[in-house]
Amino acid sequence: MSIMEQLPVLLIIGPIIAALIILAAGWHDRRLCYPVMLLSITGQFIASLVLLLQVIQDGTIRYYLGGWAPPLGIELVIDSFSGFILSTIMLLALLAIVYARRSVEAEVPAEKIVSFYVLVQLLIIGLVGMTITGDVFNLYVFLEISSIATYTLIAGTRSPRSYVAGFNYLIMGSIAAGFILLGIGYLYVATGTLNMAEIAMLLPASYELSTVHAAFLFLMIGFSIKAAFFPLHLWLPDAYTESPSAVTVIISTVMAKVSVYAMIRILFTIFTTAYIIESFPVTEFILLIATIAIVAGAILAIAQNDLKRMLAYSSISQIGYIMFAVGVANQIALEGGLLHILGHAMMKGCLFMVAGLIIYRMGTSNMLELRGVAGTMPISCAAFALAGASMIGIPPTIGFMSKYYLVLGAFEAGYWLYAAVLLIGSLLAAGYIWRFIEIAYFGDHHHKGDQTTTPEGPISMIAPMVCLALLCLILGIFVEMPMEIIGPAAMILLGGI
Amino acid sequence: MIEVIFDLFTSHYNYWMAIILMLIGLYALIAKQNLVKKIIGLNIFQTAIFLFYISFAEVTGGTAPVYLPEGAEALYVNPLPHVLILTAIVVGVSITAVALSLIVRIYEEYGVMDEDELMKVVRER
Repeated sequence: MSIMEQLPVLLIIGPIIAALIILAAGWHDRRLCYPVMLLSITGQFIASLVLLLQVIQDGTIRYYLGGWAPPLGIELVIDSFSGFILSTIMLLALLAIVYARRSVEAEVPAEKIVSFYVLVQLLIIGLVGMTITGDVFNLYVFLEISSIATYTLIAGTRSPRSYVAGFNYLIMGSIAAGFILLGIGYLYVATGTLNMAEIAMLLPASYELSTVHAAFLFLMIGFSIKAAFFPLHLWLPDAYTESPSAVTVIISTVMAKVSVYAMIRILFTIFTTAYIIESFPVTEFILLIATIAIVAGAILAIAQNDLKRMLAYSSISQIGYIMFAVGVANQIALEGGLLHILGHAMMKGCLFMVAGLIIYRMGTSNMLELRGVAGTMPISCAAFALAGASMIGIPPTIGFMSKYYLVLGAFEAGYWLYAAVLLIGSLLAAGYIWRFIEIAYFGDHHHKGDQTTTPEGPISMIAPMVCLALLCLILGIFVEMPMEIIGPAAMILLGGI
Repeated sequence: MIEVIFDLFTSHYNYWMAIILMLIGLYALIAKQNLVKKIIGLNIFQTAIFLFYISFAEVTGGTAPVYLPEGAEALYVNPLPHVLILTAIVVGVSITAVALSLIVRIYEEYGVMDEDELMKVVRER
């Protein structure tokens, strides 16, 4: 009974206890919350890295909760796919928490700060749980933990508009969760078990049943709403724009990625490629919708005047890229898609951090009022340019590498036309990224008075931002490093190992 | 033809009821203007899913899943869906609580409960 063996469950239980400690500490003294939070997230991050190394060395880790083996008990599974997602989201959560401190002080009312940190901790618990669970109903429960935390976090600013955004997301999210619950019910009817590995084993016998088709469709629609996959994205722009900047960073990077992760899990681990390609061919349809998402999201992004709203629409376009990989469904494209999960999390995290810092410093995110902002905030705008270059896909950034793999995969599968759409998407991305760069660097200077005399912002907000921008570049150059884990992950998804 | 449909309905009427309730709930959730009515719709929608789970757990002639003199041969109802639904009910209650508190905040701030009017007020500010 060493602590190493218990690490998967500690990853969930530790933070739950930490959430209670944050609450208790907040009663005593509000300032104590933040250190406890930082400590627990750092612990979670280290634990996730240890688990990832363990997975690389010894293969998949299976942990039986309470010692009950799968048909009776719940298991936690960490294979190279979930290990990869786990360490990605914990890295971003850690940086977002470092960033959050000053940003939250500025945007969230002081009496709400304690509950804010408790909710962020609960959100991260839910997302970590969704990533490592091996049981579909457990997935639903963790999904709801993270969703309820998100609804309240979105409504956490001083602006009353955020209440409306939170409420609208609550309605959409609850419909999605209801559909997912229903889909899980159908799966249980068809197979009589809730364990993912066992469902995958028992399901081929009933691939032709309409029960299974219904389960598939309900789960797909549910997770598409959660991941804001194109026609079901309506909640996303308001939710991203109105929530506090630190929350936007967390939900746009961590939560969106975990929803996509859950969808890919359902598609490839539970239903397997045999079902989604042969028995119930949906991959071509997903590919079609994904290309529409790429183009439509980017066009909508170009039309926005608000910086945060523009980035929100750009997220819809980028989710399209990840789903494109699912639609192509071969090894190279999936590698590109998984790399894009990492890459998009980093670049969008960086861009939203810049947006948050601009709001912190200038008090607005309206691009028309931000002319010449690069003179006042040189570091942020440089970070924006770097992450933006990655968003467009300029070599040698990580965004280029993931799109390169996607195009290669599409060529291999013979989807020439769709590959062309990827390039159009990149061009459109250049359109909306360039628009801000032009305003920031080449707009007239209105803010000459406070130039360079005062620092650009708190170091705790600049450091994570610069760190993410540099990671976009470094991981793009040394792309073999993430590929070492992404390769086996894509292989697992396609049923290789 | 009509007999077939009738048979289909009567032999699986519990599922039909779940479907009908679900559609009523979804309709209220999407089409109702009043925010509180939307939440009532959400509750009906969730309850329909709970009903679906409970009804597929039923075994004809089965008893409660407790220890009986017959031992393992006893015919009993599958208890797992009931347990799952207990969890889902807790989730549903928490969502309702969050939603109602948001509605209270929205009403305090804007003084309206109607979605169309709310959108108008939000846009004007």
